Amino acid sequence: MSIFAVNKHLLKIMTLPFLCWVTACNSDNDQSLSDHSIVYCSEGSPESFNPQTVTSGTTIDATSNQLYNRLISFRGEDNTIAPSLAKSWHVTRDGKMVTFYLRKNVAFHQTDYFTPTRFFNADDVLFSFNRILLPKHPFHQVSGGKYPFFQSVSFSNVVESIEKINEYTIRFKFKYADSSILANIASDFAVILSKEYADTLVLKNIKREIDTLPIGTGPFKLKDYRPGAYIRYAPHKPYWDEPSTLEQLIFDITPSNTGRLTKLLAGECDVIAFPIAHNKIKSKPELKLQAVTSFNVGYLGFNTLKPPFNNVKVRQAVALAVNKQAIIDTVYQSKADIAHSLLPRTSWAYDKHTLPQTYDLAAAKKLLTEAGFPNGFTMNLWALPVQRAYNPDAVTMAKLIQADLKKIGINVLIENSLDMGSFLEQLSKGEHQSVLLGWSADHPDPDNFFTPLLSCSSAKSGNNRTFWCHKEFDNLIQQALETTNVAQRKEFYSHALAIISTEVPLIPIAHSKRFQARKNIVKGELLSPFGGIDFSKVSKN
Amino acid sequence: MLIFTLRRLNLFIFTMFLLTLLSFSLSFLFPGEQLINISGQVNATPKQLMVLAEQYQTDNNIAQQYIAYISHLFQGDLGISMASQLSISNEIMSFLPATIELTLVALFIAMIFGIPIGFIAAIKHRKATDNIILTVSMLGYSIPVFWLGLLAILVFSIQLGWLPSAGQLSLVFEIEHVTGIQFIDILLSDSPYKWQAFQDASAHIFLPACVIALAPATIFVRLARTAMMDVLDSQYIRAAKAKGLSFRQIIYHHAIRNAMVHVIRDVGLQFANLVTIAMVTEVIFSWPGIGRWLIESIFQRDHTSIQGGLLALSSFIFIVHIVIDFIYAALNPLARESRNGA
Repeated sequence: MSIFAVNKHLLKIMTLPFLCWVTACNSDNDQSLSDHSIVYCSEGSPESFNPQTVTSGTTIDATSNQLYNRLISFRGEDNTIAPSLAKSWHVTRDGKMVTFYLRKNVAFHQTDYFTPTRFFNADDVLFSFNRILLPKHPFHQVSGGKYPFFQSVSFSNVVESIEKINEYTIRFKFKYADSSILANIASDFAVILSKEYADTLVLKNIKREIDTLPIGTGPFKLKDYRPGAYIRYAPHKPYWDEPSTLEQLIFDITPSNTGRLTKLLAGECDVIAFPIAHNKIKSKPELKLQAVTSFNVGYLGFNTLKPPFNNVKVRQAVALAVNKQAIIDTVYQSKADIAHSLLPRTSWAYDKHTLPQTYDLAAAKKLLTEAGFPNGFTMNLWALPVQRAYNPDAVTMAKLIQADLKKIGINVLIENSLDMGSFLEQLSKGEHQSVLLGWSADHPDPDNFFTPLLSCSSAKSGNNRTFWCHKEFDNLIQQALETTNVAQRKEFYSHALAIISTEVPLIPIAHSKRFQARKNIVKGELLSPFGGIDFSKVSKN
Repeated sequence: MLIFTLRRLNLFIFTMFLLTLLSFSLSFLFPGEQLINISGQVNATPKQLMVLAEQYQTDNNIAQQYIAYISHLFQGDLGISMASQLSISNEIMSFLPATIELTLVALFIAMIFGIPIGFIAAIKHRKATDNIILTVSMLGYSIPVFWLGLLAILVFSIQLGWLPSAGQLSLVFEIEHVTGIQFIDILLSDSPYKWQAFQDASAHIFLPACVIALAPATIFVRLARTAMMDVLDSQYIRAAKAKGLSFRQIIYHHAIRNAMVHVIRDVGLQFANLVTIAMVTEVIFSWPGIGRWLIESIFQRDHTSIQGGLLALSSFIFIVHIVIDFIYAALNPLARESRNGA
């Protein structure tokens, strides 16, 4: 008899949760916790909690906008520079000095591992940048002494010194004028750390923790992290800007893309990174698929030193014969914007008056005849068989261009047998006639598209794969760097874009998009064309 | 009862001896250096290796090495994971409870559905109900678990959106890890959202537990059916019938109790099967249990973790086996002492 007595009792206990769950017998709270929490299914674990030391998008997404602030940041549709921890700044006329006036009463995070006793001030700015700049700084070598973003923009060559004028004023001195420097200071990597926290770590002799147990001024603070499983953030209540309305923000680390999709469809994630199966997501009324055009460009570049592409008319003819829309539809599966110029539409220097290269076979043929190739010619086209953010499938793209150019009598030989290393090496030697390449910008300053891709100096170093060196163009982009007047710079850049459009050293093809899917109940912007995801303005209703 | 206990204890010691011997020999059989396989210290400096060699007595004969290994085990030291460099005993302690929870719930579901259905089949022997039950249970037994798991996610999580597809508890709830068994931890926690968490945990365990339970449930159906038929055929049931007891009285007062005793004996045997199914299911449902951890270790060629994990999992199965033996003995006097029976 005993076993039945036990069983009946057990049955009661065990079925209670299920009964409760089916009938939704909420005893304590009317509102459930998940109404105030956001679960973001991210694609991987961050390598560090300090964006200064990394370049990976996964880490930037997890840390930069959540935990930290920068002195200045990018705002709005055209990514102009806006105040953040610096409430204003002043650039001297020669562009060699910037003074930042810092915001007062900005609190650092209070966590289990650190309690701040003072507000943010100039010492913190000095500490954060000197850590990167000074090899002798006590924290420089912590976490390996590598600051890849700052090294790539040769930050230490530009910055001469940083001075603290008073508690809330700090001055950067530069060796030469470079108007993209503000964009570098506003980038996701240039975050402000707490000097007071660093000092306590030195006393405890656990300097490493500065990058693993982060303290910042951002809208969220770190509560809990399990590598490969999750990151749990709590809102930073005394946040200087508008504090988040969320009770918690959770990064559910789900590397498999089908896993993320399943969790979104099953309602376990509110937002997911890099979704697949776009049509499935679109077919669900409670879900929303969003896209932003990233700051990148996929292009077809000509070696302008080699015939026949040393002739501008031939380049123009090819530009007219390439059907970009077909490429967008097949190679990018419509997950990209057609590129009308080198700059994406979201850049503030984008000029909608720049003449796009249209698809016009008759005009292309005419130009080709004028150039002395009435019967066409044979050319090679290099394509790298590796998926890139700006070009998911260069080989298919090459085949499409091959078919397009056949129509005007040009015979294209596709060269795709090289591995990445030798491909890039032989490109820089200029052994190609034309190539399918692309560029992902490091920061939204428009110069990042011009100088590295098309300047004379990068033609010499081999980074400019078109080897195109145009004096007027070079002057324009140089002048644009020397001034900080945005209207003036915009003017210089639209001239430069017009020159590219007529000279055609390369044909911009597409700006690919970054996608993200979320539930409709998640409100607020969290994806920008540039940099990491930002949850500070996101709420749930 | 004393003799019975001693006999089981004897069996336990002998089996543990064989298990540890097996896991000890694995460190030789796996590729790579034995000392590194057994300790997991892949990044050890030559100096540290010397210390380790002394600890594991690698210079002495095999018997002494085995004894050194056993003494490490007794101290709870299973080495560190070659992949994550974390202590394996800590890893096991954090993952094993989730598996225990999942398998026990699955076992419970398999029993409460399987056994009564089996009894019904036996009572309706050779009738349509019996045939339908047998057909369905055969079908249930033949479905591979990885397919069933994916199908369950597809239907209940993606199409209907009723149940979550992954994990043990929504990350929204922050429950402190005390025992590792989620339901107990939730009840112990002082979170204001305790009941929400409890519901959420129930919703999470329901789908994987049902998937695991299906195959054992079908076995219980057949075991219960056979046991019940045997009992119904026996002399004492015939005697009860002759006494004029109603059919209902015979079933409830005599048949079920005696049939249960036979079924319980086989539950222990089914448990090993259940754990194997659970390992695959844990991977499909991202359940943070020892099975998923062990399969990941196999993928990463983490030899130290494989040894430790196998040892922990097989000891767990064995302990459950013995516990069920004791329950059986408690229920059935015939099993413990011969003088109780004929």
